[in-house]
Amino acid sequence: MTKLVEDGLRGRSAIVGLAELAPMKKPDGRTPLELISTAAIAAIADSGLTRGDIDGLVVCPAMMQYSMLWPSIVAEHLGLTTSYMEFVDLGGASATAMIARAATAIATGRASSVLCVSGDTWDPRGMYLKPPPLLFPLREFTAPYGAAGANADYAMAARLHMHRFGTTQRQLAKIAADQRTSAQQNPDALFHGQPLSIDDVLASPLVCDPLHKFEIVMPCSGAEAVVLTSADRARDLEHPPAWVLGFGEALEPDPFQREDFLVTPTVAAARRAFAMAGVGPRDVTLAQIYDCYTSAVLIELEDAGFCRKGEGGPFVEAHDLTFAGDFPLNTGGGMLSFGQPGLGGGMTLVVEGARQIMGRAGARQVRCNDIAFVHGNGGTFTEECSLVFGRER
Amino acid sequence: MSAALLERPLPSGKGDAAPFWQAVREGRIVLPRCPACDNFVFPPRPHCPICHGRHLDWVEVSGRAHVYTATVVHRATHPWFMDKTPYVYALVELAEGVRLPTQIVGIPPEEVEIGLEVEPVFERVDDTHTLLLFRPAGPAGG
Repeated sequence: MTKLVEDGLRGRSAIVGLAELAPMKKPDGRTPLELISTAAIAAIADSGLTRGDIDGLVVCPAMMQYSMLWPSIVAEHLGLTTSYMEFVDLGGASATAMIARAATAIATGRASSVLCVSGDTWDPRGMYLKPPPLLFPLREFTAPYGAAGANADYAMAARLHMHRFGTTQRQLAKIAADQRTSAQQNPDALFHGQPLSIDDVLASPLVCDPLHKFEIVMPCSGAEAVVLTSADRARDLEHPPAWVLGFGEALEPDPFQREDFLVTPTVAAARRAFAMAGVGPRDVTLAQIYDCYTSAVLIELEDAGFCRKGEGGPFVEAHDLTFAGDFPLNTGGGMLSFGQPGLGGGMTLVVEGARQIMGRAGARQVRCNDIAFVHGNGGTFTEECSLVFGRER
Repeated sequence: MSAALLERPLPSGKGDAAPFWQAVREGRIVLPRCPACDNFVFPPRPHCPICHGRHLDWVEVSGRAHVYTATVVHRATHPWFMDKTPYVYALVELAEGVRLPTQIVGIPPEEVEIGLEVEPVFERVDDTHTLLLFRPAGPAGG
């Protein structure tokens, strides 16, 4: 990105409203559209704006209600008339990439206030009775060998990291345990009321060696929404704005053939986001980093520049990653302890990042909420999108 | 659970990868290679993803490989594999540099290590399907 573009996009919009439904283990007959609408209406109300103020909508796929014209279906349901609509299909990077697109739309005048909403239901039986459209050429080479979805890929990444750098299972497990500690201050988290120690993680069943059950994200039903608006409007609203200071995206398909399986496009995505924001990893006071697996967090921390490649294990060991710690990470519990509604599960990290910046995180409010780094990761380290939020513009 | 879901997932044998699966049925490994870029193309497709040229050659490779990384699957996601655990799902790197997803057989799962030298096993499933697995290389493996 050129300096001109960076300067033109930095701090031009802010998150001013947010809503998150408490995740549910079973959808109990609710549809994704129903959950999405509930979250969207709550987020608009939270922002202090009205339905008529919203002139932009960004959505992502709902795996259990996959449909063409999805943005229009959601807009119609909410009664929105828009000048900008977008459908973002970047797997686990969808949520952060939705914010990047909304911020760009506002900065370039295509919309003044944009609703970003994601939600999904989860029914494991449904996955096999009506498989989602996941057909692609590589699948013919993985499915016959028992590729256990993303579990196997992230386990292979963990195994390679351990082999090459001496990373330990305890270090990986600490990520899950620290996040669970923060989740005890989040009554909505699926695992609220169920503390978890490193030993507990290691005692849970191996799913794909070396990843244990509690190092793997918990799919659920739920929805989250945020409202972004332009800088001039953001100042006059009810809540202190969470300024969107920077965003950066990087896509690199074919993780199996890339030179090093453990060096991901997060490197480029984070660098772009930090460059736009004019800050670096050392300025970050809280992080929300895509945690589909503990191994994902470890590798993203390295590639985003919080430590050097290979030093993720010692890094997580040396820092208290809880909301009260010296490196607050995934302070709402992350997806590992909060739950992951569908593909857009990364939105809980966006919501928590904004919530912390706004100072609205209650019992789990971090001590210093100046700068948040929020990162989404899709596929097997394929789609990456980083955001930087700030308390000051 | 519908019956179709309990069927073993198998390659279609059609489309861009058809020559690969046909060769595997014959006990050989072939991959498309772009002569202009000196690049093996995987998964197979009609063009080179580097130069977009469409003049690819199907080249036989040796099958010599090592384990790039692997995982012991204790809980499968596809119903057909659920009673086949534990098994080793792996990424092997061929001597030619291409990495293939596969299973490692002929060795207790917990003994598979990164770097292990492996060789192909052509596992005939039925008249139309043969899968390419790998096992530890060496005289014992033949």
